[in-house]
Amino acid sequence: MELVKNALGRLVPNEVNGKPAVPFKGIGKHRPAGPKTCPPIPTCLDFPEDGNKVVPDLRIALERAGVRNGMTISTHHHFRDGDTLSLQLFDLCAEMGLKDLVWYPSAAFPCHAPITKHLDSGVIHHIEGSLNGPLGDYCTQGKMRGLGVLRSHGGRAQAIQDGEVHIDLAVIAAPTADQFGNANAVHGKSACGVLGYADADLVYADRTVVVTDNLVPFPAIPIQLSGTFVDMVVRQDCIGDPTKIVSGTTQITRSPDRLYIAELTARFIRDSGIMHEGFSFQAGAGGISLAFALYLAAMMKRAGVRASWLHGGSTRYLVKMLEDGIAPALIDGQAFDLDAVRSIGLNPGHIDTSPLVSYNFHAKGNYINLLDVAVLSATEVDANFNANVVTHSDGRLRHGIGGWQNCMQARCTILAVPAMRDRMPVIVDEVTTLCSPGELVDVVVTELGIAINPLRRDLLNAVKGKGLPIRSIQDIKAEVERICGKPSGPARDMTESSHDSDRVPSRKVVAVVKWVDGTVLDSVYQVSS
Amino acid sequence: MNTASAGHRGPDVRSDLWVGLKLRTSGGIELAMESKVDFMYGEANRKLAVDTLKTLGVEHARVTIEDTGALPFVIMARLEAAVRRAEGHDRNAPGVSDRVPRLSCLPAPGPSFARPSARDRWRRSRLYLPGNEPRFMLNARIHRSDDIILDLEDSVPPADKDAALLVVRNALCALDFGDCERMVRINPLPAGLAEIDALVPAGVNVILIPKCESAEQVREVDARITSALSSFVTRKSSFDVFLMPIIETCEGMFRAREIAGASPRVVALTYGLEDYILDLGGVKTPAGLESLWARSQIANAAKAAGVQAIDTVFADIDDLDALRASCRAAKELGFEGKGCIHPRQVEVVNTEFTPSTEEIEKAQRIVLAFKEAQSQGRNAVCVGSKMIDPPIVERARRTIAMAVSFGRLTADWDKVS
Repeated sequence: MELVKNALGRLVPNEVNGKPAVPFKGIGKHRPAGPKTCPPIPTCLDFPEDGNKVVPDLRIALERAGVRNGMTISTHHHFRDGDTLSLQLFDLCAEMGLKDLVWYPSAAFPCHAPITKHLDSGVIHHIEGSLNGPLGDYCTQGKMRGLGVLRSHGGRAQAIQDGEVHIDLAVIAAPTADQFGNANAVHGKSACGVLGYADADLVYADRTVVVTDNLVPFPAIPIQLSGTFVDMVVRQDCIGDPTKIVSGTTQITRSPDRLYIAELTARFIRDSGIMHEGFSFQAGAGGISLAFALYLAAMMKRAGVRASWLHGGSTRYLVKMLEDGIAPALIDGQAFDLDAVRSIGLNPGHIDTSPLVSYNFHAKGNYINLLDVAVLSATEVDANFNANVVTHSDGRLRHGIGGWQNCMQARCTILAVPAMRDRMPVIVDEVTTLCSPGELVDVVVTELGIAINPLRRDLLNAVKGKGLPIRSIQDIKAEVERICGKPSGPARDMTESSHDSDRVPSRKVVAVVKWVDGTVLDSVYQVSS
Repeated sequence: MNTASAGHRGPDVRSDLWVGLKLRTSGGIELAMESKVDFMYGEANRKLAVDTLKTLGVEHARVTIEDTGALPFVIMARLEAAVRRAEGHDRNAPGVSDRVPRLSCLPAPGPSFARPSARDRWRRSRLYLPGNEPRFMLNARIHRSDDIILDLEDSVPPADKDAALLVVRNALCALDFGDCERMVRINPLPAGLAEIDALVPAGVNVILIPKCESAEQVREVDARITSALSSFVTRKSSFDVFLMPIIETCEGMFRAREIAGASPRVVALTYGLEDYILDLGGVKTPAGLESLWARSQIANAAKAAGVQAIDTVFADIDDLDALRASCRAAKELGFEGKGCIHPRQVEVVNTEFTPSTEEIEKAQRIVLAFKEAQSQGRNAVCVGSKMIDPPIVERARRTIAMAVSFGRLTADWDKVS
């Protein structure tokens, strides 16, 4: 493994976990050739004639799937912090004496902290997926044997489809399933609304096991996940903790500063003309990314403007927008509360989607390309609009990429962030970890003002004379430094040296950040505990 | 007793600092600091801590610091509080003057330090911030209240009055409060008097005198300000400090007029409803009949003395509709502004105490019609079915002046088109 400089001057390994890796070449510069990957051809001869694919338990399913040392097993975060199936799965793998597995989750949560024991014991070799909390610390402290590979939701689907990651076995938790393997997330005590994160796994994995706590007679309507791709079905009493899968109700942030940033974001969308009849926007479930949508919806009502569709992360607030006619369609990647789950089952305009469709960059177009505006968060943004979402300024992994990189493809991407968190500057000289090239970040909204990327002269002109607090990002950064002081310290030195070709970082690379096209955008370095 | 501590720590604390301090007779400064921003500001923080202790005259001490991302002005305030407590100028020390810093260590002045205010500026909304919670102060200006009140009185526990004064003093120096007028609510006299000595050199614009009951109290505060200003004004010649007495007792209500006129520094008069009702022995109701006399008394006393009448706060931060109704009722009685206890109240209060489009248009019609009448030698005119005479015109002119100052009208509106 050798570190090479990519198109943005970041040092990245040219080999990741034993496979060659392509350093980032620039936006739109990487065009892979050749066919997509393909799973082995199955035949009905090998499956029960009556379509009953139920096996007695998960261990038997693992044995029949032929799980061996070194295989890649995928799971999905539809249950978020209420997932118990992933833990049960790797406990079983440990019992079966398996070693050197690769875990390929669609995201990891605090509930997955016990996975560290399987990393310690060698059951799991490494994780390719978001790393935060105890797993993030495990990785940044250099304890994981392989490199962490951080991908966006769309990048995860792309990596499966392009054959970068071969999934030997996908284990899918399903709130409702029938004996054939058809499944949905609308019914059952573990209902989570959507099962889209498993889409690519379902199509491309060698073997697929559906695990449900609500086995119903064929067909499990609505069929969100087709049993045609499913090898086996397991029924067990518990697959997750329903109290943590969706919240009863989503709460709007009460932080006055964050609400101010959210309102400013909505005003920008209105006054720049992005808010026009038939436009589209994405909203999230937490903090500013939800609050801005409420301000925007109120402004739309006053102006008599309707959107043509919304992209979620759905919550009861987005459901209300749908029902109030703010937009006729809500395209939904995950449901965050019970009202959203109910709405997917009831509202014809509320439809589920998957990263394969909404976010995949190696596809015949994707939904996010059609989106007028996406509002996102970030841990750091630098003077060139480069942004970080995975590490804090101390270099520790704290967040997954999620759909964040994918939303950079929207026509206007807004990072709505506080200029500083406590005393930690968010607007910095240079990001600790590069997760999105600055040329895709169009606007940064902070409590200290709005910075528009100079590349977006159209937006700069559109908001002239509208009374918005427009400033240069350098100006905001200078104010942050005046308030907080100029930061110093080892994390900074390391980042600076990574741009100097004569100096190689003294610390070990522990993870890489992939771009949506599968190239390597940046490295994450070891941080002492 | 040479040991003391100051500040906040714990899992929910943010942007603050806790200092444990033990003064000793030898051994120099021994500093142990834990900080969540150590990798960025560890060295700078240690230097600031040592320099601050040196300025405060401390040469030998064991110092433990737990930092949750405090800004330099907070670090300095917490260290100073710990030093003063350890030296014995603490909350238990008898006498008022002991609460006043003798050796001060002020942070570098920020962009709005000692920015002068004006007697007759609008004071529609004033946002209360607890004086011992620095994290609320940093971005307070973004909520666009006309005034920000750093509170030393009811929102500060008795044991932390000394520490809060230092946070407030340092915040006034260092923080950017933008265009907001900077107010401080001191403690009731006599304790509050000594606080003035620290606040005036920090550039406070308006001192709020809580539980004010007599003109004499206002004059005492006035004299203390004048004395504190005497050294400060040499540096900032145009700077003045104003007063807003808060009337919170039945006794105070009866003397409202003389209180409002007790000093030329008084720019506004307000009242505290909860304490007043307590003193009155009445029952607080939604309709508020029990306080109607008091509210009218405040408004009339203020106007008789030629100062602004400002309404009290509204306690339910979730009920913005009730807040709006409360603003309208206050405006009808003659009040020109209202206190806010949460940033979300500011917009409603600002809107309600700013002339609406309809009010502005009506005022324009009145002024133009009156002008027209005067040019024809008449001093009264009808607009629609209503008789317009000079006091109505004067009210319309005030509305227009306010609209112009908030950018709702251009100054030459009557000459355009």
